Amino acid sequence: MALTFKGGLHTYDGKDLSKDKPITVLLPKGDLVYPMSQHIGAPAKPLVAKGDPVLVRQKIAEAGGFISACIISSVSGTVKAIEPRMTVSGAMSPSIIVENDHEYRTVEGFGEKRDYKSLTKEQIREIVKEAGIVGMGGAGFPTHVKITPKDDAAIDYVIVNASECEPYLTSDYRIMLEYPEKLVEGLRIEKSLFPNAKGIIAIEDNKPEAIAKVSALVKDDSDIEVKVLKTKYPQGAERQLIYAATGRQINSSMLPADAGCIVDNVDTVVAIYHAVAETTPLHRRIITVTGDAVADPRNFWVRTGTNYAELVEAAGGFKETPEKIISGGPMMGLALFTLDIPVTKTSSALLAFTKDEAAEYEEGPCIRCGRCVSVCPGRIVPQKLMEAAQRFDDELFQKLNGMECCECGCCTYVCPAKRRLTQSFKQTRRSILDSRKKK
Amino acid sequence: MGLFHVSASPHTRDHVTTNQIMADVAIALIPASAFGVYYFGLNALVILCVSMLTCVLSEYIYNKLMKTPQTPYECSALVTGLLLGMNLPASVPIWIPILGGVFAIIVVKQLYGGLGHNFMNPALAARCFLLISFAGRMTNFTVTGVKESGVSSETVYKVLNGASSVDGISGATPLAVMKAGGEADLFDLFFGFTGGTIGETSALMILIGAIYLIARKVISLRIPLTYILTVAVFALCFGGRGLDANYLLGQVFGGGLMLGAFFMATDYVTSPITPMGQIVFGVLLGIFTGIFRIFGGSAEGVSYAIIFCNLLVPLIEKVTMPRAFGCKKRRKG
Repeated sequence: MALTFKGGLHTYDGKDLSKDKPITVLLPKGDLVYPMSQHIGAPAKPLVAKGDPVLVRQKIAEAGGFISACIISSVSGTVKAIEPRMTVSGAMSPSIIVENDHEYRTVEGFGEKRDYKSLTKEQIREIVKEAGIVGMGGAGFPTHVKITPKDDAAIDYVIVNASECEPYLTSDYRIMLEYPEKLVEGLRIEKSLFPNAKGIIAIEDNKPEAIAKVSALVKDDSDIEVKVLKTKYPQGAERQLIYAATGRQINSSMLPADAGCIVDNVDTVVAIYHAVAETTPLHRRIITVTGDAVADPRNFWVRTGTNYAELVEAAGGFKETPEKIISGGPMMGLALFTLDIPVTKTSSALLAFTKDEAAEYEEGPCIRCGRCVSVCPGRIVPQKLMEAAQRFDDELFQKLNGMECCECGCCTYVCPAKRRLTQSFKQTRRSILDSRKKK
Repeated sequence: MGLFHVSASPHTRDHVTTNQIMADVAIALIPASAFGVYYFGLNALVILCVSMLTCVLSEYIYNKLMKTPQTPYECSALVTGLLLGMNLPASVPIWIPILGGVFAIIVVKQLYGGLGHNFMNPALAARCFLLISFAGRMTNFTVTGVKESGVSSETVYKVLNGASSVDGISGATPLAVMKAGGEADLFDLFFGFTGGTIGETSALMILIGAIYLIARKVISLRIPLTYILTVAVFALCFGGRGLDANYLLGQVFGGGLMLGAFFMATDYVTSPITPMGQIVFGVLLGIFTGIFRIFGGSAEGVSYAIIFCNLLVPLIEKVTMPRAFGCKKRRKG
């Protein structure tokens, strides 16, 4: 029996569009844009100035605080400007703009193989930090912070989140098919930091080929296990994943480390492998470009900073005029009104749909059908939470466990009255978090 | 290329709509109402149609008068009308369903804010209003339309006797027969060849509709199952007949229990939204139905039990808020 959690739902997953398309390397044409905020925490601080030459794999911005990450150039060329540019959230973020010389000259010594077994834990952590690695599942939490818990010995599991539960996304799946050995090696490296840790690679049961490939690679590792999860959204949500894989429960105010777990996304673990074993910092991203408006849905290996428009072009352009463009998956991704946005470390997919389902329906009155309650993975009662949110009653909202909401979107998806529950919850949660900060 | 749509996630939606759910409920009620028409005759069809038409029209006219936009949830009013009709005896004069329909839609539903805001099941509240106001007509199950060639004329005889043996506010009569110490004919009871309101007599037809609703995931078994089981257990403990299978099954299949448990207690708007609350709701319904049936003056108690428990829903929800994922303490809403 596949492991899972209570709640969640099944949607049309659309993965057939791109799941059999091998990862192809895409070289950027235009200027590269590196926003200083492409992770959770303080923005990075530029280390270069306008006119400076840069090389591939050169650190062009350093971490701006403890929870922050540095930024690596993915091309060689010249710094054209440092100015605000739009990011996926629609906000302007100070960005370094690099004019690509298309020569891809690299910093010396990078890209060479290295035996991680001869490195100390401190060295590995420093390498991960200097590689600018952040959680590539979407949140962008700096990985070096994540792998430096208070007590290494208290970590029982290092879990690779390979569930890829968002519909349409196939980038993690392709990684597992095309270079599973890097994933497994990355996990071994990460696990070596924690003396008592077991490795778990958690994969949804709709990816049998990936399960077979990865299982074959870890069959001799006594302390690494492939766990098969039920295909269900949001199986890859951190809390639900930990529960399915280990039976442990954490709430919103706890870190996975509090339950003895470290969770990393597939591409993040591969990035750790590249940084530690191949001296290659994070300057690329595997991204799925798909949706019914895209002529030739594909999976790309793309350098960070590449413009989204170039991705669409490489995928054959639009076969029909899209109504909606989404960065990320359809359940939690961000809608874009323009394609003039750079690929960042956390870009997992670019979706283009001919129809905007969210705009198709009118909102109606709640009939209390309880569908939101039955799908909520946080076991909250969204219907009641919505009443609190609509009355701007922050106190009641928190009393009803509103802060436990992970914004997965399940309630909005199932609501027959088409109410925009998740949207209200997001808004209320932000305002509560902001008011907490002010105090 | 112009600007693309922007909205908060999620960007995809399930295709089920409120109106579809209501239509599913109406479809699920077809077998039971069709049987009612077959068994009670054309008069039953007239009652059902008048009731549905009144409800839909009442909603339309109310919206018109109040200058509120016409709601695209016409199936909701249709279901209310159908349920109301099914809860009336086939012998009632035509103004009864009209009065009931207006009461259900205007007083119980619209005056409290319309769809999703009524705190009582409109059809049942209307039925109870009619039962109290016009007790004689509402409990007159001596239907002229009963087919002479029907399976069991003996049942009709029992029905007639039963109806006259209890006081005015009596419900479906096989229960009255049992209350008076008689035996119900389980075969007739299950298939529906018995006295009662138009839609409640055939347990079989109601179950067919219920299976459809469960298969379509419109209702869950939490409320109906706990409700029916509690009634059976209550009858076992307090019915005074001990483990009498005929009596217990008579209690389960008799009267409005099947229709009430599957179609009215499960009404979304007036039942608890929390899973645990639904179980508590079912148990309470069973207890009250048992009390009304066994200790009350009437042989029937489903309608009153449901509208009474409707009033308890906010309280039930308050104490049955689920424990959030990963949180130790249950917080009360």
